[in-house]
Amino acid sequence: MHNKTLSELSAALQAGEFSSTELTQSYLERIASLDPQVNAFVTVTEQPALDAAAAADRRIAAGEAGPLTGIPLAQKDIFCTEGVKTTCGSKMLDNFISPYNATVIEHFNAAGAVMLGKTNMDEFAMGSSNETSFYGAVKNPWDINKVPGGSSGGSAAAVAARLAPASTGTDTGGSIRQPASLCGITGLKPTYGRVSRYGMIAFASSLDQAGPMTRTAEDAALMLNCMAGFDGRDSTSAQRDVPDYTANLANSLEGLTIGLPKEYFDEGLDAQVGSAVEAAIREYENLGAKVKEISLPNTHLAVPTYYVVAPAECSSNLSRFDGVRFGYRCDDPVDLEDLYKRSRGEGFGAEVKRRIMIGAYALSAGYYDAYYLKAQQLRRLISDDFKRAFEEVDVIMGPTAPGPAFGLGEKADDPITMYLSDIYTIAANLAGLPGMSVPAGFVNDMPIGLQIIGNYFDESRLLNVAHRYQQVTDWHTRAPEQFK
Amino acid sequence: MEWEVVIGLEIHAQLATKSKIFSGASTAYGAPANTQACVVDLGLPGVLPVLNHEAVQMAIKFGLATNSEVAQRSVFARKNYFYPDLPKGYQISQMELPIVGEGALDIRLEDGSVKKIGITRAHLEEDAGKSLHGGAQGMTGIDLNRAGTPLLEIVSEPDMRSAKEAIAYMKKIHSIVTYIDICDGNMQEGSFRCDANVSVRPKGQEEFGTRAELKNLNSFRFVERAINLEVERQIDVIEGGGEVVQETRLYDADKHETRAMRSKEEANDYRYFPDPDLLPVEIDKETIEAVRANLPELPDAKLQRFMQDYALSDYDADVLTSTRPMADYYEAVVKSAGGEAKLCANWVSGDLAGTLNKESMDIKECPVSAEMLGGMIKRIADNTISGKIAKQIFEAMWQGEGDADSVIESKGLKQVTDTGAIEELVDDIIANNPAQVEQYRSGKDKVFGFFVGQVMKASQGKANPAQVNQILKDKLKS
Repeated sequence: MHNKTLSELSAALQAGEFSSTELTQSYLERIASLDPQVNAFVTVTEQPALDAAAAADRRIAAGEAGPLTGIPLAQKDIFCTEGVKTTCGSKMLDNFISPYNATVIEHFNAAGAVMLGKTNMDEFAMGSSNETSFYGAVKNPWDINKVPGGSSGGSAAAVAARLAPASTGTDTGGSIRQPASLCGITGLKPTYGRVSRYGMIAFASSLDQAGPMTRTAEDAALMLNCMAGFDGRDSTSAQRDVPDYTANLANSLEGLTIGLPKEYFDEGLDAQVGSAVEAAIREYENLGAKVKEISLPNTHLAVPTYYVVAPAECSSNLSRFDGVRFGYRCDDPVDLEDLYKRSRGEGFGAEVKRRIMIGAYALSAGYYDAYYLKAQQLRRLISDDFKRAFEEVDVIMGPTAPGPAFGLGEKADDPITMYLSDIYTIAANLAGLPGMSVPAGFVNDMPIGLQIIGNYFDESRLLNVAHRYQQVTDWHTRAPEQFK
Repeated sequence: MEWEVVIGLEIHAQLATKSKIFSGASTAYGAPANTQACVVDLGLPGVLPVLNHEAVQMAIKFGLATNSEVAQRSVFARKNYFYPDLPKGYQISQMELPIVGEGALDIRLEDGSVKKIGITRAHLEEDAGKSLHGGAQGMTGIDLNRAGTPLLEIVSEPDMRSAKEAIAYMKKIHSIVTYIDICDGNMQEGSFRCDANVSVRPKGQEEFGTRAELKNLNSFRFVERAINLEVERQIDVIEGGGEVVQETRLYDADKHETRAMRSKEEANDYRYFPDPDLLPVEIDKETIEAVRANLPELPDAKLQRFMQDYALSDYDADVLTSTRPMADYYEAVVKSAGGEAKLCANWVSGDLAGTLNKESMDIKECPVSAEMLGGMIKRIADNTISGKIAKQIFEAMWQGEGDADSVIESKGLKQVTDTGAIEELVDDIIANNPAQVEQYRSGKDKVFGFFVGQVMKASQGKANPAQVNQILKDKLKS
């Protein structure tokens, strides 16, 4: 069962080949036996999962099932789940049981999906290797000595290791696409505002976006159908209709224009990754697409811009974790200041503290114009680069990450090198554009991803472009040996 | 040295929306602690603010009512600081781009002159919760019912030159926000409160002195007292060779002093930045015109109309238009009385206002309806009762004994206008007081009042005073 894609499972459930209860049980057993090797889950919700599966089976029997009814899913532990511990990978929230559901979770519940558990992640989604989690690093199922990427590392590893057919992630600077690339799965970050942020614990509000992490583009389309939509509780969510994202999957790519930004193929890129991406582009040419070299001249500004905007927003977003109302509180505070200092000092990890400090500095009086305001201006320049590019091309392609998964601990003490692993993904967040990563080969036996960036709300085309590639390649069907 | 006082006010008007500015929780006052705080107000992880458009409409109303600029685009910003009653660790406010820009209004000074006071800006923001100190085991409790309540912060120019001017301005704002129904104006519940920036400078000097900000001024009286106290303190400091420092001072009404407050944070850097969870507020011309079309008559216009339509003095008109319920009440009285605008004005601003004041009651709770008071005034006008008897009837109506006509009926208070009956009374009095008659006839006019009093007393106040006068005069002459 576990080697089937979400769409195959959906068909099998409808056809009565097996029940959601059997399917859920099977995944729960795999998690119990295999997750200790990868550490993808923070919480496994065994009984609620079986209850939800039983309800889904009744729904299927009643002929009221949708495509996700009875499908077991892993939810990133950034989404608030009512009655279930919601940690965001932090000691700060180790004791936090959410009293409400995120909108995304509500959507999945309404669709009859089954939540298997909550997946491990970099603390407050700040990291590119999943090593900043309070619950320990997640290991890459392709090589447990390597990182799975981050921050949605647990979600990526869970899908790669066949511990769930699909999962959710969130992407602030690459946190869906980069781990998807490093774990050899398909990941989609939708246009900013496409999926509600309500109940998704905020890292950087103007950049955060939730999306699906799956084996195939077709599965991602099914997931996005359920996740996307306007939400009156999120003022930044887009008031526009949700198309059926599966409708255009099979469209021909004849005449598609692919832009290749020369800045994405410079000296920072691993040569073998570059070759793999070029091979993927040739497949597209075989499928009838045209290729055009383009320039995104402000690409080099993306990482520095991001590391002002994201920390600035996070420094404010994380102020609510103060030890007063919920979450970690230090022992025996002597006064208010002591309560704040020690609760936050003890509750947050080093990377979170580093970013809060950078952000508070960037926003402080006398520095605001030089940092925050300047970063906002650069953000506009970066968006304008894309605007110009999309006048000429339909999609932009390049590598998702500069290299394959690196070793656990390899970059942990070098934040700058770590930050550069998001060099190709960050710009889409700054511009608010949708981006995907699809498996496109292996370098030194580790998977690498092809990134596809689309125009605003052009997720249907991204999924179509990814799907057609997956019809002629088999990278996305490969599984790590121990998890087959 | 002669000193000049410079005052600017920051008024916080709580907007009378049903729900909070960024959540659906109720804003009703006085509920048990934390029962009106939803997940958004609690600042739980993952929650997001959604702007209450009613608050925006109210801010536009205020802008139009004070001839201020209404911004086509305004932006919410986060003011970051840590405090236990501030759940998110930041307050959502407006910084660079407020919803209401520059404007001005006229205040009426005691000598009857009019002064223009500038409004710098007015912006929307959310209120914080309340810290309740000294609870069980010396702990501090947090009540977040108030957290997220919409406020309009109205900032004036430093245009006021005395505590009295500050009060006049504050009352004018109070009157406007209650007229346009965006704030209940209840100062005891904190719906309308004020911080005052106060400084002094030698008369004639252009540049401002260093100011102190006075907090916690929740009544007109306190504002006046606190400002005067602060002015004295600053003059003492300067004349004693010291310097005024810029600081926030708390007014303590019990001790009648202002004292320096500990700042909420050691360093006062709020790290303002645009709130990425909220879109800029865009207001188009159509929206502004739609709000303008629905604006009620404002205090100044009403005052002019009262002077014109009811031939009232500007003093009377000012008193009667000071609050909208008072003005509405007055107009209803005139309508019921069928005219008699001046007499109605005297009753409303005299006996009625006096009694309400004595009983600490609001006009909305007045047991004598405008229709009842108008009905009574009608009876004065048509000579059914005298003004003196009317006071007795008013008292009875206040006590719930029915309307004027039924009180007149049940107590037999109808005025005696029968000339024969009054003549009988007068004859009796003249016959029984020969000494006073003698005095009067020998030229002591003052004693006339004695006779009037005696006749009125004998008639239990019911005799028509004009007739009594006339008959007395005639009879005493002969």
